[in-house]
Amino acid sequence: MRRLFTIFILSVSLITSASAQTTLKVGLQLEPPNLDPISGAAAAIDEVVYGNVFEGLVRIDENGDIKPGLANFWQISTDGKSYLFNLAEGVSFHDGSPFDAEDVRFSFNRARAQNSTNAKKYIFEPIANIDIFDPYTIMISLNQARPDFLFNIGLGDAVIVSSKSVDKNASQPIGTGPYKFKKWVRGDRIEFERNENYWGALPKMEAITFKIITDPLSAYTAMKAGDIDTFPNYPAPENLFLFNNDPSYEVEVGLTAGETILSTNNKRAPFDNILVRKAMAHAINRKEIIEGAMFGNAEPIGSHFAPTHPDYVDLTGLYPHDLTKAKAFMREAGYGDGFTASLKLPPPIYARRTGELIAHQLSKIGIKVNIENMEWAQWIDQVLRNLNYDLTIVSHVEPMDINIYANPNYYFGYDNKEFQAIIKKIDSSSNPEEISALYKEAQRKIADDAVNGYLFQMGKFGVWKKGLKGMWRNYPIRSNDFRDVYFEEQEGLMND
Amino acid sequence: MIIQLFKKSPLSFKIGFFISIAYVIAALLSFIWTPYDVMAINLEKRFIAPGIGHIFGTDHFGRDILSMIMVGARNAIAVSLVAVGIGMIIGVPLGLWSAATRSTGGRVIDEILMRGNDLVFAFPSLLMAIMITAVFGPGAMNAIIAIGIFNIPVFARMSRGGALGLWEKEYIMAARVAGKGKAKISYEHILPNIMNLLIVQATIQFSIAIIAEASLSYVGLGTQPPNPSLGRMLFEAQTMIFFAPWLALVPGLAIVMLVLGLNLMGDGLRDILDPKLRRKEPDGVEAKQNVSS
Repeated sequence: MRRLFTIFILSVSLITSASAQTTLKVGLQLEPPNLDPISGAAAAIDEVVYGNVFEGLVRIDENGDIKPGLANFWQISTDGKSYLFNLAEGVSFHDGSPFDAEDVRFSFNRARAQNSTNAKKYIFEPIANIDIFDPYTIMISLNQARPDFLFNIGLGDAVIVSSKSVDKNASQPIGTGPYKFKKWVRGDRIEFERNENYWGALPKMEAITFKIITDPLSAYTAMKAGDIDTFPNYPAPENLFLFNNDPSYEVEVGLTAGETILSTNNKRAPFDNILVRKAMAHAINRKEIIEGAMFGNAEPIGSHFAPTHPDYVDLTGLYPHDLTKAKAFMREAGYGDGFTASLKLPPPIYARRTGELIAHQLSKIGIKVNIENMEWAQWIDQVLRNLNYDLTIVSHVEPMDINIYANPNYYFGYDNKEFQAIIKKIDSSSNPEEISALYKEAQRKIADDAVNGYLFQMGKFGVWKKGLKGMWRNYPIRSNDFRDVYFEEQEGLMND
Repeated sequence: MIIQLFKKSPLSFKIGFFISIAYVIAALLSFIWTPYDVMAINLEKRFIAPGIGHIFGTDHFGRDILSMIMVGARNAIAVSLVAVGIGMIIGVPLGLWSAATRSTGGRVIDEILMRGNDLVFAFPSLLMAIMITAVFGPGAMNAIIAIGIFNIPVFARMSRGGALGLWEKEYIMAARVAGKGKAKISYEHILPNIMNLLIVQATIQFSIAIIAEASLSYVGLGTQPPNPSLGRMLFEAQTMIFFAPWLALVPGLAIVMLVLGLNLMGDGLRDILDPKLRRKEPDGVEAKQNVSS
C-alpha cells in the first residue's frame, strides 16, 4: 500500500514537471571508502569523483580515447621523452583558489614522492624533471620514452589537486571539475552540485546524488520504484531483460576493462605442465559460461586484453571448446585418469557462478574440482599474496594490465623470459606501430602458453530511465563522467 | 504397543511425524535415486516453471529443483543429526558430572562447568557458528562442529537440571549407600530417568540445527557447491524472484515444512513422554477421540 502511494506521488510530480529533469539520482553498489582518487585504490572512488569533481591534464573519454583536460593541448618530442603541456587559463578550484602550473607540479611531485601513498606510483616513476616555463606552460621530461604515459596521467590516480585542500580530499574533495562536492551521508548517499564557475562548458545536470544500494534485490526495486534514475553498472545481469521488456527503461550493455580469467598457479604441479593447461583451455566452454554466469551479457576473450582496444586480437579460436583434444592433451601430459584440484572463489556472484560452471566443465576431462568459497581478505592472503592456490576466478579490472604477466612474482607464477622481453620493448619504444605489433605479440604469447583460462570480458550493465542521454556505454576506466548527461524532453515519460 | 501409543498421540504429533518421515524417506531415497542428476548443468533447460517433468521446476543452471531439495534435505539432516549428536555426547555427560559433584558436596567443578556453559550459551549461536567457519574455513564439516558446539550447553543444562532433582530421591541414596560411584549412578539410574527429557529436547534442537545449517549456507559458510543446500538455493534465488519465483519459494517452503514437522513432533513427544504434562491434559480430548474411533 505504501509503495502504491509513493508511485502515485511520483507520477504526480512527473506530470507537474513540464521541462526536462535536471537532477540525477545514480545507483552505486559499492560505497567508496573515501573520495580521494590519488591515495585510494578502490574503483568505487573513481566511479564517483573522476571527471566530475577531479580532472587531470588529459581526460579519458568513454571510448578510452585521450581528450584534452586541464591541458588544452600538448606536444611530445620526437624521442618521446618530453611532454610540453599548455594549460587551460581561468580555471579555479572549488574553493576559489586559482589553478596553474604550480598545482600540476605539486600534484605530480606529491604522487611520486618517497612517502607517497598513491596506488599507481608506476605512472610517475619515469618522470625525471618537471619544468615550469610560465604559469600555463609546463614541461615534463621522462627518463625514457613511455608510450602509455599520456594515457596513464589521464587516470584518476593522476588528477590535479590543490596544495591547500589536498589533505581534506578524502572526505571533502576539492577539484576543478564541473561538479562540486556537497554532502556525504555515509552508507546512504553522496551529493554533488553543479560548479557554476566551471571553466569549460556547463553540464546540463544541476545536481547529482549517488545512492548506495548494496543489495541487488533493492537495486531492482529502487529502479522500478523510480527512486533511482540510473544504475551505470547494474549489479545483477539476470535482471537486465526485465528492464529491457519495460518501455520506460533503457538497457545498454557495454564492456569494462575487466578480463575475467581462470587464474592458474603456473608454479604448482600439475599446472606447471603446459599440456595440462592446454587441455583445460580446450575443456572450457566460454559460450556456456557467458550464458550461464552472465546471462549472455559479456564477450568471450582468448587472451588478457580488452576487445574494445584497437590492438585487440581475437584469440578465442586458438583453443576451441573440444573435449576430444582436451582429453588427448591430458593423456599426453600423463593425467589420463585426471586429478583433483581446488578452486578458491572470491565473493562476487560472477566468480561463484563461473566457478560452478568451470567445475562442471573440467569434470568432463577428469579434473575433479573442489570449490572453496572465501571472503576477500582470505582470498587476498591465500591466493594473491602467498600463491597458495591451484585455480581461482577473478576479473582483472585495471585497464591495459597485460604487463602483469611480465612480473614473475605475480600470483600467476608465470616466469617467461620471452614475454618479459616483449613488455620491455613496449616500455622503451616510442613508435606507435611497433608498440601495436608488440601488444599483439604479447597477447598471442600468453594465449599460446595458456597461462590462465581466458573466459570473458566483463560487461558494463547500464540501466537508465528512458530519455536519459549521454551515459557511458563502456568502462574503459572505472568512471561515470556526467558532463554530457541530460534528460531528453519527452511526453511519453509522463504516462507511465 | 508403539502403534497404540501412536494412535493415542495428539494430532499435531501425527502431522509432525508424517512430515518428518517424508523428509527422511526423501533424503534416504536420494542416496540411490533422484529424478535428475543434481550436478548436471544444462543451460537449455534452465528456468523451467514447475510442472510435469520437473515438479518443482529447474534453476538457473537447468538443474531439477526437486532433486536438489532431496539432496539438500539429506545434507541438512545429516549435518543436524551429527551436530545434535555432538551436543548430546559432550553436553549430557558434562551435565551429569556437574550434577553429581554438586549433589555429593563439591561445588567447584559444578561452578566451573556451569559458568563455562553460560559463557558459550550467552554467545549468539549463529554468530559463533559464523566465527568458527570464518576461522576454519567454510564447509559441511565445520558447520557440523559449529552447530554442535552451541548444542553442548543446551544439553548440559538440561541434564544437570534433571539430574539434580533425582539425586535427592531415595533410590539414589540407596545406590550411594550400596557403594556405587558417581559415574555409575549417573549412568545406571539418572540417565534413564532423564532420557524422555533429552529426546524431546533433541527433537527441538534438531529443528534449530536445520535452520542454523540453512542460515550458514545462506551466508556461504555451510555446505559448499556443487553440493545442493537449501540455504544456498534460497540465497541464489534472491535476484531471480521477479521472473522465477519458484526458485525461492520451493527451498523456502521446504525449510519451513521440515522445521514445522520437527517442532510438531517435538511438542507431541513431550506430551507423550512427559507424564506430568499428560496428566494435565483435559480429559475431554481423550474422550472425544474415543467417541470418534
